[in-house]
Amino acid sequence: MGIPVPMATRIPVRITVNGVEYAAEVEPRLLLVHFLRDNLGLTGTHVGCDTSQCGACTVYLNGQSIKSCTVLAVQANGGEVTTIEGLAVGNDYDPVQQGFWEMHGLQCGYCTPGMIMSSHALLDRNPNPSEEEIRHALEGNLCRCTGYQNIVKAVQRAAELRAGK
Amino acid sequence: MFPSQFGYHKPGSVAEAVKLLQADPDAKIVAGGHSLIPAMKLRLAAPSALVDLSGIESLRGISVNGNVSIGAMTTYAQIRDSAKLKAALPVLADVAYNVGDPQVQSCGTLGGSLAHNDPAADFTAVLVALGASVKAVGPKGERTIPVEDLLVDLLTTSLAEDEVLTEIIIPGGTSAAAYEKFRHPASGYAVVGVAAAVKTGKGGVVDDAKIAITGCTSKATRAHAAEQAFIGKPLSAESIAAASAVAANGLDLNGDHYASADYRGHLVGVQTRRALERLA
Repeated sequence: MGIPVPMATRIPVRITVNGVEYAAEVEPRLLLVHFLRDNLGLTGTHVGCDTSQCGACTVYLNGQSIKSCTVLAVQANGGEVTTIEGLAVGNDYDPVQQGFWEMHGLQCGYCTPGMIMSSHALLDRNPNPSEEEIRHALEGNLCRCTGYQNIVKAVQRAAELRAGK
Repeated sequence: MFPSQFGYHKPGSVAEAVKLLQADPDAKIVAGGHSLIPAMKLRLAAPSALVDLSGIESLRGISVNGNVSIGAMTTYAQIRDSAKLKAALPVLADVAYNVGDPQVQSCGTLGGSLAHNDPAADFTAVLVALGASVKAVGPKGERTIPVEDLLVDLLTTSLAEDEVLTEIIIPGGTSAAAYEKFRHPASGYAVVGVAAAVKTGKGGVVDDAKIAITGCTSKATRAHAAEQAFIGKPLSAESIAAASAVAANGLDLNGDHYASADYRGHLVGVQTRRALERLA
């Protein structure tokens, strides 16, 4: 007989991810990032620091960029999530992905999905950001390779691509 | 990392939330969750259940009608992007733009910030300087609490365990307000933040002023000495210098390995000057 472990309550949730509605029964303590990665197999969303600093786990929830390591799956119940896997249309990259590709806005690539999601959210709010605004908007995303120069260029390129340039 | 097990409730009304809190004294309210969930992941907090207020629509929204009224579950992002607030009280949108980072702004709420009472929070000091109050609803009904009385000590408020903070009310009449934050380079939290709000009358004379300090005290704290140095005078280089020189007087300042109490005291003076210069 060890220490008694309380029965885990399970809560039914329905979460739409990249346009597909998923139903599941989850423990309240399941983090959204683990729901995406472990339950749905969408491993493009990364776990970096796991302490809401690094932004590798950034996804859209109901149109806003959030850190999915700091949101419970039950809090996303009824919501709409977009992950890095949901940006491309068929074989066509999203303009932000294209910008990162063209300007080589990555080194090891670990932070890249989160960087792209945060950059996407910035360009939704502000289609033509200044360099200062780009750097401010990416404050919640850390690149351990410190490849920020090209990331800023990638976002600037993405803004051009979104404007049809 | 994941939290220890807990139950989860998502009430549809404040009354239902109060009942859930009464029924389970170890339950905790979750608003945006960006202070509580990290604490739960580190097992610094282990509530028996979470009462999630996000399903209560009446707790969201911003209205401007002489006073500014902000629902407790209104996020920093909603404050940051509010055209109404940018017109009525731009300091609020300005502060929200600089809280945490954009992802935190998407989730974090004004009510959550006040109820958590982090000693390095930005909005606690801003709302003290603006003379704001909150409404809280508990089993005995609703009461109004000035933010200065709400904030009791480090991470401690005067809210009862079964009370829900529902609304923040900022009285009209402020002529100008500003917040100056010296950010920790890694965490972005305020090493020292100074919020200042003034009411000016004829000839630019300051009729009333409140200055509140955050980041270096156990809770957002008024800098009374600095206020008294320029009330009754116009904001000028001279009165601003006088206020800045005494801004840290009477404050019980904290220090840590990043910034000593003496250094923070120096920064209180510098940031007070910068905040007041923006008002002049």
